[in-house]
Amino acid sequence: MTIQHATVLTPRRRISVRRNRWTVLAFMSPWVIGFSVFFAYPLLATIFYSFTSYDLISEPVFVGLRNYVFMFTKDPLFWVSIRNTVYLVTAITIGRVGYGLLTALVLTKIKRGGGVFRTLFYLPALAPPVAASLAFVFLFNPGTGPVNQFLAIFGIDGPLWFNDPALAKPALTVLALWVSGEIMVILLAALLDVPADYYEAASLDGAGPFTKFWHITLPSISPVLLFAVVNSIIVGLQYFTEAVVAGAVASGSSDAVGNSVSLGYPNNSTLTFPMWLYEQGFHSYNMGYASTMAIVLFIVSTVFTIILVRRMRLSGVGEEG
Amino acid sequence: MKRVLPAVAVAATAILALSACSAGAGSSTELSPSPGPDEKITLTVWSGFADAELDVINSALDGFHKLHPNITIKSEGSQDDDKISQSIRGGTAPDVAISSNANALGQYCDSGAFQDLGGYIERDDVNLDQIPDAVRGYTEHDGVRCSMPLLADAYGLYYNKDLFAKAGISEVPRTMSELKDAAEKLTEFNADGSIKVAGFVPTIGFYNNRLDVWAPQFGADWQNDDGETAIATSPGWKDLFTWQQEMTDFYGEEELTAFTASAGQKYSADNAFQTGQIAMMFDGEFRTGFIDSQAPDVDYGTAPLPVNDDLTDIYGGSNVGGNIIGIPKGAKNAGAAWELIKYLTTETDPLVELANGLNNIPTTFDALESPDLQFTGTLAPFLDIFSSEHTSSLPTTTNGAAFLKLASDFAVKWQTGGVTNLDKGLTDLATHISDSESLNL
Repeated sequence: MTIQHATVLTPRRRISVRRNRWTVLAFMSPWVIGFSVFFAYPLLATIFYSFTSYDLISEPVFVGLRNYVFMFTKDPLFWVSIRNTVYLVTAITIGRVGYGLLTALVLTKIKRGGGVFRTLFYLPALAPPVAASLAFVFLFNPGTGPVNQFLAIFGIDGPLWFNDPALAKPALTVLALWVSGEIMVILLAALLDVPADYYEAASLDGAGPFTKFWHITLPSISPVLLFAVVNSIIVGLQYFTEAVVAGAVASGSSDAVGNSVSLGYPNNSTLTFPMWLYEQGFHSYNMGYASTMAIVLFIVSTVFTIILVRRMRLSGVGEEG
Repeated sequence: MKRVLPAVAVAATAILALSACSAGAGSSTELSPSPGPDEKITLTVWSGFADAELDVINSALDGFHKLHPNITIKSEGSQDDDKISQSIRGGTAPDVAISSNANALGQYCDSGAFQDLGGYIERDDVNLDQIPDAVRGYTEHDGVRCSMPLLADAYGLYYNKDLFAKAGISEVPRTMSELKDAAEKLTEFNADGSIKVAGFVPTIGFYNNRLDVWAPQFGADWQNDDGETAIATSPGWKDLFTWQQEMTDFYGEEELTAFTASAGQKYSADNAFQTGQIAMMFDGEFRTGFIDSQAPDVDYGTAPLPVNDDLTDIYGGSNVGGNIIGIPKGAKNAGAAWELIKYLTTETDPLVELANGLNNIPTTFDALESPDLQFTGTLAPFLDIFSSEHTSSLPTTTNGAAFLKLASDFAVKWQTGGVTNLDKGLTDLATHISDSESLNL
């Protein structure tokens, strides 16, 4: 009897394999098309345009590394925007996760009326960003705002809040915390999911509240914590609308929001990286340079995320069970 | 299989990326013929006007339609410069765009966003000498005229007559020293040191306290004869910032910030000048319309802007800017669009109608001298300011208002004490401006 080796394909077998490959490709095509159109093409196009001078109207002109050199050596607001963004990423991440966790922990202890408080803490997350920013700037107006007027009752001379370069970012951070209800909700769900047996067993062993929190609660909710951290970092890196609106309103400008002169008010203290990218690409007709900035943002975000995920996995955070 | 599919995806996207084309690639320099009387056309006209101002624009457009019944005009308001730019990029540009951002003219001309009107002007023998020099200056860039001016703004000094009388001031300040003295006399402080009434707010960036308005009054040039930034070399800049610092020191920087932060919005009825919280301010001729409708009880006067003490010979002028009108790239009916632009910008009747309706200055000499122009009372000085030989406009640059943002940022840093060496600061600023312009080359 002759044994036919599996690697020798008859013509019929070849047709069958080819048909199988096309079938697989057909089923994969929605993802391939989506990936190509919404991720790969924009990424490759952005890389391409980052080496050009491009105004989105006339043809791009290749300029080599000029945009990259300008970014790192000649753009005074590039480093300002980086510093502002790093500040907001750090403050918003720590603030959102910390505030969300603290609020969720408190809510787990409330026996009566927990639903009401849950709703109250979550509701601000539904506020449209523009409306929320407008409301906050009004509340914190140094002359006529209710916050400073309340402080004046106690003889306290209220600060300038959104009009003070030193306080504008903290004020934006407070705004970000106010609308962080969705983080509170997911952390609350994770906390309620921790088996009560663990706490009982720990109590029997004489563990105090902090020990239980550190050795039981945190590891149990670590996957959700990881999500909250990554989500908050993304929020910080993309911070745009609130900063633009708050700057425009606080500056008293009546021009269209996003007007070049009020961008980053006061004194560029709220100028974030996405804002500067937007200004360059769409107001200054420097889409080539904006693409360069986008590439830098992409690389930084990717590296940061990889490092964060690896570190948390190494320490056992982010793994189920 | 594992290698083939990713390779196919990457190759496809690479091909797409490398063949990426911009909207409306390639520009046409051919002139579109004017439409015949029987050729039915619908022209789309975009502008940033809204409400009552849009009604004024539409009324002027109706006048064009009466002369050209075959051309129907579809006017859309609230279309700001961002929307105009996006429509050009997306290939859905209107036929005619009216922009209130003359600072972007350099970008529009350089990129081809607005079509070159030179051919049409030459073909139809349009006399550009009927437009004042300063206005011609901000509506063309590097010899390319890609827009025509449609009404202009001139800036003057507004002063509250009641507060002047209360402070015993009988003369309107003509120099910066006189302005400072008057401001100090007019200012009232509360018991806690906060400002109750400000004689003059020196904060750059507040209301229309803009560097483009201030600079000519100090003889501060934006560019030298070679077109390079003159911020470090023109002595007027040092005078400007020194005077501004002296005024700020009088009030206190924190007190000024608190005052300006709580002041009403620029164009609302709570505008601080209209509520009597500010005794003097620099503003455009359009402010008279706001005061007349929102605060008719304010007894105010207008006069030319003061000048630096050693520049009294240029008293009477100011910076001018205004709306520009052009044919965006990709416009479907460029020939008819040009006819509309020519009508609106060179014919006296529509210009006077627009000027009276919008309280802006018409941009031809014939319209300025028209007996139908209703620029009387507090508006009258603005005609003289506009016509002054000392009136100027901002230079056009390839990167639009980027130099203004950098200069304004510097001004804010200066007035908050962030610049310790003015000369070095101005030199660094000049370097930044030059560098930013190099990005667009």
